Amino acid sequence: MMRFATLIKNPADWMKGAGPHSDVVMTSRVRLARNLRGYPFPGFSQERQRIELLERARPVVEELPEMRDGYSEDYTELSKIRKQVLVERHLVSREHAARSSGCAVVVDRKQSISIMINEEDHFRIQGIRPGLNLTSAFEVVDRVDTELEGMLPYAFDPKLGYLTACPTNLGTGMRASVMLHLPALVLTEQINPVIKAIGKIGLAVRGLYGEGTEALGNLFQISNQHTLGEAEPEIIAQIEKVIEGVVRSEVTARAKLKEDHQTMLQDQIGRAFAILRYAHILTSKEALNLLSMLRLGADLDLVGNCDRSLIDMLLLEIQPAHLQLNAARELSPEERDSMRADLTRTRLQSIDGPGSFPTSQSNNGGTTSPTHDE
Amino acid sequence: MKCDVCENEATVFLTQIINGQMTTVNLCETCSKAKGVTEETGFGLAEAFLSPSHRTESDTMEIACDACGFTASQLKKIGRMGCPECYAAFRDGLDGLLRNMHKGTRHVGKRPSHLSAVAPQILPRQRASALKEAPAPAPVPTPPVPPPDLAKLRAELDLAVKEERYEDAAKLKAEIENFQPKASK
Repeated sequence: MMRFATLIKNPADWMKGAGPHSDVVMTSRVRLARNLRGYPFPGFSQERQRIELLERARPVVEELPEMRDGYSEDYTELSKIRKQVLVERHLVSREHAARSSGCAVVVDRKQSISIMINEEDHFRIQGIRPGLNLTSAFEVVDRVDTELEGMLPYAFDPKLGYLTACPTNLGTGMRASVMLHLPALVLTEQINPVIKAIGKIGLAVRGLYGEGTEALGNLFQISNQHTLGEAEPEIIAQIEKVIEGVVRSEVTARAKLKEDHQTMLQDQIGRAFAILRYAHILTSKEALNLLSMLRLGADLDLVGNCDRSLIDMLLLEIQPAHLQLNAARELSPEERDSMRADLTRTRLQSIDGPGSFPTSQSNNGGTTSPTHDE
Repeated sequence: MKCDVCENEATVFLTQIINGQMTTVNLCETCSKAKGVTEETGFGLAEAFLSPSHRTESDTMEIACDACGFTASQLKKIGRMGCPECYAAFRDGLDGLLRNMHKGTRHVGKRPSHLSAVAPQILPRQRASALKEAPAPAPVPTPPVPPPDLAKLRAELDLAVKEERYEDAAKLKAEIENFQPKASK
């Protein structure tokens, strides 16, 4: 099996890969909730029951063709920081990371499938793809699910579907969610009506880390709320249709910003680059919001020589657990802010910076000169 | 059995747990419609009928899942089930709850194709076969599950009331009442 260090060293294919609409859609994820008959749900079971289920199910999961030679870890073997790194990579949920004995996670080599054992349900099977590609994410988890179903006795009822700990997941047990980067809709103050409209058709809008989190870095997660009464392909088609609409609005808003408010836009992007490139103290929130502006600049060709994937990797690496893993020790919030700034300064050296000034000088103070628009 | 509101024969029996106490309301068809029982607005319905005089038999009993011991008040408190079998034990009122949560109350998506995955005990058998469900794996030897008798009876009762087979409903209710003192301990 793969070691933690190896897993983390290699960026997942969804981090570097570009998918459909990846200027606006960061990732598409689909997860299935599954349970075994004859065991209480993890939230109502005794530790020995969870361990018994884990010991029975984990070898089966590890032997799946998709998961072979992947990463598999019992939570009792995993430090707090490592668990948090997995959360920051969206490989496990915050709720799962908070658990310990009787829990494990199995991740495939490409980090595109993760299976959490004893989360709120016995299994949470997750597939993650770059860009807008829920169908492909679903196909992956569907295949894994069908394989598992042949080897373990699932709790399924003909009328209610897959039986889950929470009735909100009943039926398909499927949650399909898409992570969107919507800076232009935020800048043009169109985001609230968009969120409201999405909520009205039964989809949920959340921040970066799911339920109850803030929309830092102009990142929004949109997912289905209903799981019973509709088949998986219908649910996915509906979300994809809605997302395509949101993508169009964002793209239009970006074009309009560039056309009508170019100075303001260049100012924002220039400031973002300048701070990220030269600051020595950066909080998580500030860095996420500035990187969001830089990503917008890169997508609109306003920042020279800037690859989107470099920014997307930074969005991961500046997070608290990734910084601490990198430092190989626990860091105080102050230390993290300083290390975060060190990291962004270094990484942005290779970027030419926003245009509107003579290019070619990328490594000196010239990049902070004010923009000219006349 | 007489309707609790008028003197007609009761055909709708509503059982609920309120503050850990089981309460039963018996209604005739007219009164049940008048009170909106058949609309299944949720778990709090019995309160609409409850005057102290209706707190009849078995005051301190509580419905619990036969398989895992999870109780109705725990369900109410945390909003989650204890085990897969709980869906049968707490079947009453579930449809109303699901209707508020989802697009429908019937699963229409993926079904396990492997027979081992199907647990058919939640639906009464005759209904499962009457419907155009996925080919029910009838001849499969069911693996040992805790006896679902009470849950099954309750499910059948629920179904009988829904399908307006009131004589059956009355019989089932009597059977359940015979059962309950044992099952609740």
